[in-house]
Amino acid sequence: MVDVVHDAVGVDDVPAAEVEDVELYHAKSWITKYVFSQDAKVIAIQYSVTATSIGLVALVLSWLMRLQLGFPDTFSFITPQDYYQFITMHGMIMVIYLLTALFLGGFGNYLIPLMVGARDMVFPYVNMLSYWIYLLAVLVLVASYFVPGGPTGAGWTLYPPQSILSGTPGREWGIILMLGSLALFIVGFTMGGLNYVVTVLQARTRGMTLMRLPLTVWGIFVATILALLAFPALFVGAIMLLLDRVLGTSFFMPSIVELGEHLKYGGGSPILFQHLFWFFGHPEVYIVALPAFGIVSDLISTHARKNIFGYRMMVWAIVIIGGLSFVVWAHHMYVSGMNPYFGFFFATTTLIIAVPTALKVYNWVLTLWRGDIHLTIPMLFALGFIVTFVNGGITGLFLGNVVVDVPLSDTMFVVAHFHMVMGVAPILVVFGAIYHWYPLMSGRMLNEGLGRFHFWVTFLGAYLIYFPMHYLGFLGVPRRYFELGDADIYSQSAASLNAFISLAAFAVGFAQIVFIFNLIWSLRHGRPAERNPWRANSLEWQTAEMPPGHGNFGKELPVVYRWPYDYSVPGADQDFIPQNQPAGTPGARAAKA
Amino acid sequence: MSAIVVAIVLAVVAVGSVLFHFLSPWWWTPIASNWGFIDHTIIITFWITGVVFVAIVLFMAYCVWKFHHVEGRRAVYEPENKKLEVWLTIATAVGVAGMLAPGLIVWDKFVTVPKEATAFEVVGQQWQWSFRLPGKDGRLGTSDTRNISDDNPLGLNPKDPNGQDDVLIEGEDLHLELNKPVKLLLRSIDVLHDFYVPQFRAKMDLVPGMITYFWFTPTRTGTFQVLCAELCGIGHHAMRGTVVVDKPAEYQAWLQEQETFAQSMAAAALPGKRRIGFAGNKIKPGRRNLIRLSNNSTIPKTN
Repeated sequence: MVDVVHDAVGVDDVPAAEVEDVELYHAKSWITKYVFSQDAKVIAIQYSVTATSIGLVALVLSWLMRLQLGFPDTFSFITPQDYYQFITMHGMIMVIYLLTALFLGGFGNYLIPLMVGARDMVFPYVNMLSYWIYLLAVLVLVASYFVPGGPTGAGWTLYPPQSILSGTPGREWGIILMLGSLALFIVGFTMGGLNYVVTVLQARTRGMTLMRLPLTVWGIFVATILALLAFPALFVGAIMLLLDRVLGTSFFMPSIVELGEHLKYGGGSPILFQHLFWFFGHPEVYIVALPAFGIVSDLISTHARKNIFGYRMMVWAIVIIGGLSFVVWAHHMYVSGMNPYFGFFFATTTLIIAVPTALKVYNWVLTLWRGDIHLTIPMLFALGFIVTFVNGGITGLFLGNVVVDVPLSDTMFVVAHFHMVMGVAPILVVFGAIYHWYPLMSGRMLNEGLGRFHFWVTFLGAYLIYFPMHYLGFLGVPRRYFELGDADIYSQSAASLNAFISLAAFAVGFAQIVFIFNLIWSLRHGRPAERNPWRANSLEWQTAEMPPGHGNFGKELPVVYRWPYDYSVPGADQDFIPQNQPAGTPGARAAKA
Repeated sequence: MSAIVVAIVLAVVAVGSVLFHFLSPWWWTPIASNWGFIDHTIIITFWITGVVFVAIVLFMAYCVWKFHHVEGRRAVYEPENKKLEVWLTIATAVGVAGMLAPGLIVWDKFVTVPKEATAFEVVGQQWQWSFRLPGKDGRLGTSDTRNISDDNPLGLNPKDPNGQDDVLIEGEDLHLELNKPVKLLLRSIDVLHDFYVPQFRAKMDLVPGMITYFWFTPTRTGTFQVLCAELCGIGHHAMRGTVVVDKPAEYQAWLQEQETFAQSMAAAALPGKRRIGFAGNKIKPGRRNLIRLSNNSTIPKTN
C-alpha cells in the first residue's frame, strides 16, 4: 500500500510571486568579486577554505595528542603544559571553527539560495561582513600561539576557576584571546545566521513551499535558529569569565586559596558557568548534527534513486530535536555537584530526544529498502554515516541515563562517544557532500580511485579508533590526562590498545592528506562533469551553468511544481523529475494512489 | 567496489563489534562497592542498544546486497508509511523506557543517603587529596576557606569545639571500614576536582564555595587508587590518592595513629616545627615555584 502524498502541480497552479525579483549587487573589480564579495557562493568557499585550514591545524594537534597518549615517556618535547594546550585548541577549533563554520557558513551559504530558488542571501553585505569577522576570530585564536604563556590549556569547556588561574597554561593571555575570539565568532555567526533564516523564510521562489524544501535546507535552517538562540548563552558566559579574569569580578569565582595564596575573589559560582556553557553547548552539538542529518537524507535519496522515506516525519523530527535540544543541557553536568534531583529531569528529556532521532535513522535505512542503490562515493559516505551515527548515538544513551554516567563521565568513554557521534559521523557527511557537490562548484569530478581510498581508510580507520576507546572508559581511564602512568586499572594490554589507537589515527590522518590533494588536483585535472551528473532533483542542479553564475538562475527564477524527491516515479520516463518540471509535461506524470 | 563486498564489510562491522565486546580483555574494573546496580543498568543498556545497532547495520547490509543498482532496476516509490512509523515510534519509546526506568530507580538510591552512613570530608586542592574524619564526637567542625593558613591547611574553624577532635589526613592514604556505608562530603579550596575511584563506581565533583556529596559502601578489602576526574590544571593527571578498605580491627588500629586538629594546632605552636606538604607550596613573590604533587614529584608552576 503506497500513500502518495506528493502530487505535482501543473503550470497554471503555482501562485504568483508576492515579492519582486531582487536587483542584485553586481561586483565590478577583482577585489569586490573574489575578495570582498557579496555573492553567497564566494562567501561559502571562503568559509570552507578557512574552516578547512584551521581544521587541519586541529588535526595536527590531534596527532600530537595521540603521540603522547599512545607512546608516553617517548616524546620529551611534549610537556603537560603543551598537552593541555593541544587538547583545548583541538577541541575548540574542531567544534566551533571547523564544524559549525563549515556546515552553516560553508554549506549554508552555497546551498541555501540555490536550493530555495533565490539569487543570493537576503542581506548580502552583512553576509560578506560575517565572513571577515569569522576570519578575524580565527586569527585572534591563532594569535594565542604567539603570546607569552601560549594558548589556554583549560579544556575546550573553559571551566572556571581553573581556566583563569595560574595552575592552567595560557592564563596570562591565551584565555583572554580565546574568549575574545569566541565573542567575535558569535557576532559573525549572528550576522550570517540572520541571513540563512530570513532567506529560507522570505526568499523562496514561486511554488517552493516549506514542505517542498530539500531536507538539507531544513537541517541548516533549524540549526541556524538553534545557533541564534543558543550562542548568546556562550557569549554572556564568555564576557563574564573575561571580566573575572581581567577586572577581578567574581561571577564564577568563590573564595579560593590558590597554591598557598588567598585570592581576592569570593561569592561566585563555578556551576553557573557550566549552566551557561552547556545551555549553549548542547544545542551546539545539534547545530553540527542537524545539517548533517539534512544533507545525508539528500545524499541517500539521490544516490538510491528513491524518495526519502517519511519526509514529513523527517521534517518534524528535525524541528522536535531542535526544540528538545534546549532542555537537555545538564546531562553534561550530572556529576557537577548541581542539585542531584535535576538528574531525574534531564535524564528523562535526554532519553526522550532519542525517539525522534531514532526515527530519522529508521527512515534513512527504509529509504535504502527497495531502492536502486548506486554505490557512488557519496553513497558510501552516507552509509558510513549511518553506522557511526547509530553507534555514537547509542553510547549517548549510556551517558544520558544519569546513574550510568556517574562512573563513565570524564573517562575515555565520553571522548569516544562524542568523537564517534560528532567527529566521525558528521565529518563523513561533510566528505560525502563534498564529493556530491564538487562537480556543481567546479565543473569537474573528484578522482574516483583516490575517493574510494579516502572513504575506506577514513570509515574503517575512524571506527577502529573510537569503538575500542569506549572500553578504555569502562576500565576507568580518565580523559584529559597527560599520562596515566602507573595506575592499578591500566594494564599493559590497555597501554597497547592506546598505542594501536594512535597508529589508526595516523593512518586516518594520512587519508585526509590524500583527500586534500584530490580536492586541489581535480580542480584542474578532474574529469569534466556533465550537467547534473547525479541526476538530482533539487534546484541547485537545474541552473543554466555549472558552476552557477552570478545570480544563480539566469534571467528567470525557477518555478517549483513538486517536492525534491520524485525519484523512480512509476510511469515516468526517467528515474528523476526535477523540482522545476511541471506535472502534465512528458516524463512527469505523477502517480495517483 | 562491488555491492557484495560493501554488504560484507557492513556485516563484519556489526558482528565484529559484538565479538570485540565479548572477547576483549578490556572491561570494567571489578567492583568494590555496593553500586553493582550501576553495572546492571549498563548491561541492560548494552542488550537493548546492542540489538538495535546490530539489527540496523545488518539491515543496511541486506539492502545494499539486495537493492544495489543493476541494469533495469527501479526503486519503489513510497513517500511514507504512517502505520510503520507509528509502530517504530512506539517500539523505540518502549526501548527507551526500558533503559530509563531502571536508571532512574538506581539514581533514586544514589541521591538517598542511608541514615547509618558516616559522614567524613574529602578536601581537594591543586594537586593532592586530604581527608577529615569527624572524630570521637561524630561531628565535623565547621570550616571556611578564609581560615586556611600554614598552620591550618584545611581551614577548620579553630573556635568550633566540634572540630577539635576531627582527624586530619593530609595528602596521605584514606582508610575506610569494610561494609560500613559512608557519605563523602566534598570540598575544594581552589578549583573543580572530582574524587574518582573506578572500583567504587560512584563519584562527584568537588566545587569550591560549596559542599557536594555522594555515598557508597565498600564491599571488599583492598587498596584502591584515587584519580582526579575533573580537569584542574597541569597537575590534574598526577593528582592521585589511595583508599585502603580495612576489616574493622585493622581500621581501628589505623585510626588510633592519626592526628587530630587539636594535636596539629598544638604541634604547630612548638618552635622549630616545620610543616611540609601544603605549606611547602606557598608562593613567594618573584620566585619561580615548584608544585609538589601527591606522588612527591614536582612540576614547575605555569604563569
